[in-house]
Amino acid sequence: MKKTNRIFTAAIFVFLYVPMLVLIVGSFNEGKSLARFDGFTFDQYAELFRDSDLLRLLGNSVLISVIASAAATVFGTVAAVGISSLRPKMRRVVMQLTDIPMTNPDIVTGISLSLLFVFVGTKMLGQRDSLTFWTLLTAHITFNLPYVILNVMPKLKQMDRSLTDAAMDLGCTPVQSFFKVTLHEIMPGVVAGAIMSFTMSLDDFVISYFVSGMDFVTLPVEIYSYTKKPIPPKIYAMFTLLFLLILVLMVTMNLLQLRSDKKKEQVRR
Amino acid sequence: MSKELIRLQNLTMEFDGECILDSINLYINDHEFLTLLGPSGCGKTTTLRIIGGFLTPTDGTVMFDGKCINDVPPYERQINTVFQRYALFPHLNVFDNIAFGLRVAKLPKEQINERVNRMLEIVSLKGYGHRRISSLSGGQQQRVAIARALVNEPKVLLLDEPLGALDLRLRKDMQNELKRIQQTTGITFVYVTHDQEEALSMSDTVVVMDKGRIQQIGKPEDIYNEPKNAFVADFIGESNILDGVMLEDFKVKFFGRVFDCVDKGFEPNELVDVVIRPEDIDIVEPKQGHLVGKVTNITFKGLNYDIIVEFKGFKWLIQTTDYCAEGSTIGIRLNPEDIHIMKKSEYSGMFGDYSSYSAEYDELAEDVADEEE
Repeated sequence: MKKTNRIFTAAIFVFLYVPMLVLIVGSFNEGKSLARFDGFTFDQYAELFRDSDLLRLLGNSVLISVIASAAATVFGTVAAVGISSLRPKMRRVVMQLTDIPMTNPDIVTGISLSLLFVFVGTKMLGQRDSLTFWTLLTAHITFNLPYVILNVMPKLKQMDRSLTDAAMDLGCTPVQSFFKVTLHEIMPGVVAGAIMSFTMSLDDFVISYFVSGMDFVTLPVEIYSYTKKPIPPKIYAMFTLLFLLILVLMVTMNLLQLRSDKKKEQVRR
Repeated sequence: MSKELIRLQNLTMEFDGECILDSINLYINDHEFLTLLGPSGCGKTTTLRIIGGFLTPTDGTVMFDGKCINDVPPYERQINTVFQRYALFPHLNVFDNIAFGLRVAKLPKEQINERVNRMLEIVSLKGYGHRRISSLSGGQQQRVAIARALVNEPKVLLLDEPLGALDLRLRKDMQNELKRIQQTTGITFVYVTHDQEEALSMSDTVVVMDKGRIQQIGKPEDIYNEPKNAFVADFIGESNILDGVMLEDFKVKFFGRVFDCVDKGFEPNELVDVVIRPEDIDIVEPKQGHLVGKVTNITFKGLNYDIIVEFKGFKWLIQTTDYCAEGSTIGIRLNPEDIHIMKKSEYSGMFGDYSSYSAEYDELAEDVADEEE
């Protein structure tokens, strides 16, 4: 039984990571075909960093992800604090409402946001190109928000309520007590929410596809057009770098989580 | 007589249609050590939180120094609180925890250092300033919590079962410590506990509460010696409570016998509750006794024996240093000052009968009470 379990687990990991492995190996391949390994080289990486177009797109993606995740982290944390102070019944309703966008198909979210932006832009503001950098950013903040709330809420729930009472007792206004006490307590959740929304933003294709205009395009949207022709191997190099970036973020997030759990354990003892 | 500092007028608190506080009237004097005592759910913590400003009463007013402070938020009140589970800030060390209030008030740095260091000395934690909160024992954390509140030199210190989480030895030490701090600083203490011994030994004034109502206010001796109703008599120490008839002033009849007593002011033949403290009862030879009963149970308690004696179907608890064998027949004598008469109340008949008494049962009940906290 134990043995089959292990084999099964191994098989799952093979299925999950072999595609990534193929890509990474491909990024170091001298030849153009993924079918044959012609020798090890960093040429694809050099090529990538010479391609100013691709770098600009990557820059666009990083820019939108950083701004969107930062904004979503601020709004989401404030929202979570507000939600946690609601009465239990109301709180459950609001949490349901914030959870739904996460399970909603991206394509539905994307098209409905697009319709909204076009309607507001052309009908109400009279713009010709209603889809811009700002609509893209708004969309990203919107779909990031639930992930921040999802990460911050449990930390707020775990927090000893009397800590904020104590802060107010010692002269803090509610705002001061948030910055001096609450924020420290929920920090691991805030960081996790920020990292998660950064990665969500970075790799989003579907929603971005519907809400971005001609002036500002992110990397995934642009790469989509590549798939119709043969993919140049420098793209593999970029994917490998992106994969590594996400990997580092995820490991950091888990380490932070581990450390805060350990600290909690100590305080309890 | 010191002056009045806090006055609660017709204080009422309802929560989801449930009445937590039922029109409480209470005044607290400056420099007083006042204890709110009662079982869990009696409204004592709610009262404290209203004084601290964390809850807004449904009805009634809180007066502080002659002014209504119903709408004053906690951070503008000259009141500090020691919370039940300390509520120390885990991301700050001992020094920074204590300095928290002073820093919010933006005091100069030297003054903060001086006051925090003096406070660390008062609570005997000198040299602990840089320690993390998680590295402290429960008793030490408790003292940091007290220091953090006291360093702000509040007019009033609220303490919400501050010793509840400590073991018995530490509790006794901290009781003395708290009393000493209160006397040296002269700060008014409002103390919440369900431990009657703690309340009696520390307080100037004890307020006994149950079901959101004040049952009795008085000095510890008065509360113990002159309980107002069966609830107070039972909650403060042990009591045998019997039905009696007040024939006239200084004469009460129970168990078919007329006793002399020291109480007066009742209607002729008024039905009353008679309280007899288990330690006031003298055991004598059956021939000389006012009443004769049979010992059904005896438990060694260290300082004394708890014996259960059956008189005409009604079981009494008697505390004595003399050993009485189970099954033996004894007589008891009651002096007039041992008999205390109370008016009938809604609590009559609910307390003071030891028919179902057993030592294990007592412990079980205590465990349950602790879990409810």
